[in-house]
Amino acid sequence: MNALLPLIPFLPLLGFAVNGLFGKKLPKSLVGIIGSGTLLGAFILSVLCFQQLGANSEPIQSDLYRFLSVGGLDINFGLMADRLSVWMMLIVTGVGFLIHVYSIGYMHDDEGFYKFFAYLNLFIFSMLLLVMGTNFLMLFFGWEGVGLCSYLLIGFWYENREYGAAARKAFIMNRIGDLGLLLGMFLIFYTFGSLDYATVFAKLEGADPAVVTTICLLLFVGAMGKSAQIPLYTWLPDAMAGPTPVSALIHAATMVTAGIYLVARCNGMFEMAPYAQAVVAVVGLATSIFTALIGLRQNDIKKVLAYSTVSQLGLMFLSLGMGAYVSAMFHVTTHAFFKALLFLAAGSVIHGMGGEQDIRNMGGLRKHMPITFWVFLIGTFAISGFPLLSGFFSKDEIFAATFAHGGAIWWGLAAASGLLTAVYMSRLLYVTFFGEFRGTAEQKHHLHESPLVMTVPLMVLAVLSVVGGLLNTPHFLHLGNDQWLAHWFSGNGVNGTPIIPLAEMHLEVSTEWMLMGIASALAVLVLIVTYFLYSKPQNLPVADSEQQGLSKVLANKFYVDELYNFLFVRPTEYLSKIFHYYVDIWGIDGIVERTGSGVQALGGYFRRLQNGNIEYYLIGMVAGAVLLFLSMYL
Amino acid sequence: MLEIIRQVPVEYYVLYSAILFTIGVMGVLIRRNAIVVLMCIELMLNAVNLLLAAFSTYLSDSKGQLMVFFIMVVAAAEAAVGLGILIMIYRNTKSTDISLLDKLRN
Amino acid sequence: MDFYIFLTLAVISVITALLMVFARNPVHSVLYLILTFFAIAGQYVMLNAQFLAVVHIIVYAGAIMVLFLFVLMLLNLNKDSEPQKSNLWKISGAITSGMLLVVMVGALRNQIQLPAAAEYQPDRGLPAVLGRMLFDSEFVVPFEITGILFLAAMVGAVLVGKREIKV
Repeated sequence: MNALLPLIPFLPLLGFAVNGLFGKKLPKSLVGIIGSGTLLGAFILSVLCFQQLGANSEPIQSDLYRFLSVGGLDINFGLMADRLSVWMMLIVTGVGFLIHVYSIGYMHDDEGFYKFFAYLNLFIFSMLLLVMGTNFLMLFFGWEGVGLCSYLLIGFWYENREYGAAARKAFIMNRIGDLGLLLGMFLIFYTFGSLDYATVFAKLEGADPAVVTTICLLLFVGAMGKSAQIPLYTWLPDAMAGPTPVSALIHAATMVTAGIYLVARCNGMFEMAPYAQAVVAVVGLATSIFTALIGLRQNDIKKVLAYSTVSQLGLMFLSLGMGAYVSAMFHVTTHAFFKALLFLAAGSVIHGMGGEQDIRNMGGLRKHMPITFWVFLIGTFAISGFPLLSGFFSKDEIFAATFAHGGAIWWGLAAASGLLTAVYMSRLLYVTFFGEFRGTAEQKHHLHESPLVMTVPLMVLAVLSVVGGLLNTPHFLHLGNDQWLAHWFSGNGVNGTPIIPLAEMHLEVSTEWMLMGIASALAVLVLIVTYFLYSKPQNLPVADSEQQGLSKVLANKFYVDELYNFLFVRPTEYLSKIFHYYVDIWGIDGIVERTGSGVQALGGYFRRLQNGNIEYYLIGMVAGAVLLFLSMYL
Repeated sequence: MLEIIRQVPVEYYVLYSAILFTIGVMGVLIRRNAIVVLMCIELMLNAVNLLLAAFSTYLSDSKGQLMVFFIMVVAAAEAAVGLGILIMIYRNTKSTDISLLDKLRN
Repeated sequence: MDFYIFLTLAVISVITALLMVFARNPVHSVLYLILTFFAIAGQYVMLNAQFLAVVHIIVYAGAIMVLFLFVLMLLNLNKDSEPQKSNLWKISGAITSGMLLVVMVGALRNQIQLPAAAEYQPDRGLPAVLGRMLFDSEFVVPFEITGILFLAAMVGAVLVGKREIKV
């Protein structure tokens, strides 16, 4: 298996190379087969890794070559698959494969078909490097790679200026976070003398907690950028400018969870830094509630899902901050399933509606797109925490951990966030699929169910969304596989200790039952209440101009973009204008130009001396001799 | 001891050759005829020669006179080449006026 | 007595030099310059540099000035109608050279310090002494090089003086 390990990331890279270089001349079907096929190969190999790790938890490693050797810095281009990596690999390649297949249908009429697949494959390659690297530099490598692909894919329809701006926004915001990650890496190297996970984690014992706290906070800044947490979250809703499969793959299922992966990978560090953990938890919870509120009043089908994603990521960070790393990874998994499902279903809706994204112009799609409707329903129920669906289990774990670790108030806030999730998701579901169709007649005529190549991945994801929760059932349910994922992650990592040690939850069984009961009762209640609420036409979302009060604030996303614009963009622009005019044009250009024109003017005077007439030269020569004598002897 | 060394201070020779030299310089500056300019240069060289010879005598050192010979050699060579160039210029411009020699300007 | 001879020769040479500069006719200039050279040759004799005086007469008056005269005649320039510079030029030239004189005298006046007890040797200007000095000291190499200089000058003069070379 060690020899085959490099194939996993390099198969998608091969797909990228082939599609990128020759895709223009290849038929579309072949491009799709290459794009998805390489990924299927990677997925199969990942499954093989998974099997081997299931039998023996020793990580599979493969050092390809020495990547960098400068002074004390020694970095191998090393790949590994321990139980955490392989889990991410399975999500990335598995969900990625389904989304690739879906894209064949979704992007079929697009001119940049081959380019799209090339970028997607490059993204998968970068993401795999990110999760498979044996050191922080490899992670950073992948981290930047996915950032690049995210930029390329958000701006995929770059003819639209707004989309290009969204791409740049995502790129710049990520860069802010990346700086934190980079500084964190510097500090790690400075403190531990290495960037290898094995060395760093082995040396953690003797490290200064203050330094570790700083490292954790810096790494978390990186995670904030990539995983869209307050204050760096605003790029993610804008990133919906990209094609929907991109939103599903990059901005819901995989890339944005890189921050979760990073923190989970470094759980040993965070355990040493309670302060950093508290920061993670606070930021996560705040993001979760804040963006859920915004999600309540969004009318773009993808924007709602985007805010939902940010909100769910916030929950994951809350979980990480509470020390429940497995729960976070569990939620990453189930979230990958149902969020990819929701996005792809939304894509199917958009596809059927001929590009329409505003839910106010939809309605009643249930009859026209039955498959899409049913999978969307499953996705909504799953994310809302409907009992026994995947989101139910993963969120319940997070809530339980929050209760155990933080107390009732934390739990209450987290549960409120979960409640809001159910509200805006059911609103989305009911407004889109129930009631009467509100679009134009032409749209109604055009309305159709998507082709099989799109619906089959949807159905697969729907099944996963239903059963995904069984990966890690609570022990008190006695379903026979309790805490399977927790046990899985407690396998040995590269330095011989458990990747994520098994944590005991100190809660009474009755308390857990109660928490679960409250959460699921609330979810079900919300799903029912909102159904009746939005079945009445007067409760449907109104036009932007008719928004009032709090609702208007929510619809305008709490004016955060405007605030950032006021706080950062305007001063920066103002400053750059000052620098532009006074420093650059007036100062630097002025110096350069005035030097030039001054020399020219001076030359204009001096050229009169160079008139070619010997007499002038002679008199000048004699005068010079006089001056020479004067200076030398007098 | 030579009579002249006792009677004429060396400063007189300095003044004398400086005057001759300056006359040569003045000639170079105010005359337009290239031949006269060349002659003025000869005069300047002679002023220098004179001073060298005077110093040689006053210091009782014949190196100064040897220097004069070398200067004469250079002067003769310069006159030969200079006049050759002059003839060439005259052949092209039908004039020996240095004011007209501003062809380098363009 | 010697002082007056010196003074007379000096005055003659300065006057003829001035006449040389201001003469309208180039041929007159040449003739005045020859007079100047004779006066300078007289100074050489006074300075007990007889060989130098003789060489001076031969080279300057006999060779160089004849060459000048020859060129003047060849180019047929012996007329008075030579174009003159403007008065402004003349004045500025005179001022400049006057300044040069002042500065030069001022600069050189205090630079000369003769050794007080310079033992005078009367034979310094004799051909024998000069010849021994020239061929039996560090001057022998420069002397040979002047030969090369002459050769080069000759070749150059011939080449420059030639008519268009057909290639």
